[in-house]
Amino acid sequence: MTDLLLEARGVGKSFPGVRALQDMHIALRRGEVLALVGENGAGKSTLMKLLSGIYVPDEGEFFLEGEPLRVSGPRDAQEQGISIIHQEFNLMPDLTVAQNVFIGREPRSGGFFLGERALNNRAAELIDRLHLPLDPRQVVGDLTVAKQQRWRSQALSYDAKVLIMDEPTAALNDAEVQVLHDLIRRFRTDTTGVIYISHRMDELKAISDRITVIRDGRYVDTLDTATTSIGEVIARMVGREITGDAKPEGVRTGREVVLSVRGLTTKPLLRDVSFDLQEGEILGFAGLMGAGRTEVARALVGADPVVSGTVTLRGTPVRIANPAEAARHRIGYLSEDRKHLGLLLEQDVAANVVLSSVRDLFQSFGFVRTRAMREKAIELVGRLRIRTPSVDQTVKFLSGGNQQKVVIAKWLVKDCDVLIFDEPTRGIDVGAKEEIYRLLNDLAEQGKSIIMISSELPEVLRMSHRVVVMSEGRITGTLTAGEATQESVMHLATLRSDKNHGDETADFPSEAGAR
Amino acid sequence: MRRTLRDRIQQFLAFASLIVIFGFFSIVSPNFFNYGNVTNILFSTVVIGLLALGTTFVIITGGIDLSIGTGMALCAVISGVLIVDLGVPLPLGVLGAILFGGLIGLVNGMNVAILGLPPFIATLAMMLVAQGLALVVSNSTPIYFDQTPAYIDLSIGSLIPGTDFPNAVLILALAAVVAGVLLNRTVLGRYTYSIGSNEEATALSGIDVRRWKIIIYTLAGLFTGLAGVMISARLGSAQPATGMGYELQAIAAVVIGGTSLSGGKGSIVGTVIGALIISVLNNGLQIMSIPQEWQNVILGAVILLAVYADMARKRAR
Repeated sequence: MTDLLLEARGVGKSFPGVRALQDMHIALRRGEVLALVGENGAGKSTLMKLLSGIYVPDEGEFFLEGEPLRVSGPRDAQEQGISIIHQEFNLMPDLTVAQNVFIGREPRSGGFFLGERALNNRAAELIDRLHLPLDPRQVVGDLTVAKQQRWRSQALSYDAKVLIMDEPTAALNDAEVQVLHDLIRRFRTDTTGVIYISHRMDELKAISDRITVIRDGRYVDTLDTATTSIGEVIARMVGREITGDAKPEGVRTGREVVLSVRGLTTKPLLRDVSFDLQEGEILGFAGLMGAGRTEVARALVGADPVVSGTVTLRGTPVRIANPAEAARHRIGYLSEDRKHLGLLLEQDVAANVVLSSVRDLFQSFGFVRTRAMREKAIELVGRLRIRTPSVDQTVKFLSGGNQQKVVIAKWLVKDCDVLIFDEPTRGIDVGAKEEIYRLLNDLAEQGKSIIMISSELPEVLRMSHRVVVMSEGRITGTLTAGEATQESVMHLATLRSDKNHGDETADFPSEAGAR
Repeated sequence: MRRTLRDRIQQFLAFASLIVIFGFFSIVSPNFFNYGNVTNILFSTVVIGLLALGTTFVIITGGIDLSIGTGMALCAVISGVLIVDLGVPLPLGVLGAILFGGLIGLVNGMNVAILGLPPFIATLAMMLVAQGLALVVSNSTPIYFDQTPAYIDLSIGSLIPGTDFPNAVLILALAAVVAGVLLNRTVLGRYTYSIGSNEEATALSGIDVRRWKIIIYTLAGLFTGLAGVMISARLGSAQPATGMGYELQAIAAVVIGGTSLSGGKGSIVGTVIGALIISVLNNGLQIMSIPQEWQNVILGAVILLAVYADMARKRAR
């Protein structure tokens, strides 16, 4: 009993119409990393909010080091030694690193005046101790997403007993996940513990000691990571087994080239990017964060200015100055940031589905044809199996997976035949991921040509007919499905640009498939 | 390091614009650049400047305060009622008027932070309430401070011996220093930026966002109260029907000074420069005998230009 650091016993919480949690059990031992997994809506975020005092439990109790724990708010949670790193909304982009770290407990003189020098010094010490590549005076908004995640994870936690991380790696690539995991290991001592929430199964193996699975607001099981397979964990999460070694489907060679890109260059990053996209193909784009994959998509659809390069669509050279023109050429870009750039969150499903095509398909004499719109939306909800009570449901209430399907539906209504998916499964739980994968495969089967940008290597490998690998704004290689392995992709992804200047074949004679 | 550098550039640009406009008027009009007129410009900056200082805090949180113009008129009336009608001693009367401004801000803050009303709506309503109350309390007639010359001296008297340099300018300078210290050196200022930058994250960091918002709106109200005292001292009377329109000039000053209406960014130095730009323009155009109507057109164009330049610069980064 005494080796338990944090415990939840029979905790329940209801909201009007929903039992978010019932009879929940969690037991975090001292010195361990406990993974908490469950599909979206399983109750993880409710649990987090109970622990940070935003909600009060209806029943059950929490214990910290054996003592009953009551939390009155986020500040109180911190003071009692529980640091929670929420998935989103965690930083003040206009403040500096140091100001963010110590927000709410800045060094003061006279209780009201700030000790800015002490603040920066203490932040510098902390950053030093954790080997972070940061300047405490740097404004956070100027850091890249990955760096933001990296430092915030540690920074907030330095004097906590219990560190709870909600999807800390959602926006990180594999190398950065490594850095984060090193930090977690450095944080963990005999008197501290970590609860680690993640959708990325491979990470659980790497970082956790035990795995607690919850489903539909209930406790399911706790497993020892060392003696458990990922398949077993997923089976408990979804209540069924998912085969972990699916292969790309429908791989064929020698198809017609739909889209041909030559020498695409942008001022900030891209250098001489050239590739071909074939009909009915899923072309994976792999690379580390900042390699330029999203930038290729944005340059292609005219969202970013291009310095040079040609785009040929079915043999005809085209100039695409903005995303509207791209859509007219039936090229659809599904952004990685679907909440900000892909959806009207406050509007209903029908409005989102027809958004891009209202002018072409659903108007007569300037008036919107509401009924035709609804019918089309209902058809697509059925075709893509979007789980929603009706097409009148506000999109923000759908799960991540279903939101993503709404975005896909939008581009299907537009009848796009080149679809660029940027991180199609980010923030989507395992079961819904499978559905998105199936959908991508179906779309390719129907002759749509798909570019799939992904930071998750297993996803790239299981979906892509061919894999384009980028590093520092250049394409460092193109692999066939047969050639693509974790090792070969990672090797290309970590090629430095100064090394692939001309003499790359001398340095890496075994490079497969480089153009 | 980067923050201060970026802010400096912003302030430098605003400051450079001020110098350019100032230089322009000095060249085209012989009556512009002399002690009397420069003092005049500073003097006419006082009221807008005070309102802009307070509202800078509110705007950095991502809010807006439309009630400061008519609120100022109401505080002027309160000052008149206390000092002239009730015969309250001068220092207490002044303090009462300033605190009354704080009360207006407190109500604004509670409407925004506790009832959750959008700041635009809450303060729009307060703008009307304050306008009405000013007329009701004063019986729609101005209150004159003829019998209390010391009150008028708060504005037009001079503490600097041997000069006629108005006290009002010194008070504005002092208020600007206080506002600068509050914004840059205190917890209040830090949370002002933090709330504007990411309100939810600030709350999750354990900061009582609602309490601080109330404090920030109250602070803006205190500046409104002080502006009410200064404008009635300058005019020698509390004019209940005035005030409307001042809030927009103050907001314009804040925006020209580089404070972002979406919150998180801004500075007191910028606001002071913004207020000066407005005064210099008004004064210079007047000296050039350009009609009032055209002055407004030009001022509007300057606001567009200033904000566009700021955005273009940020996009170029």
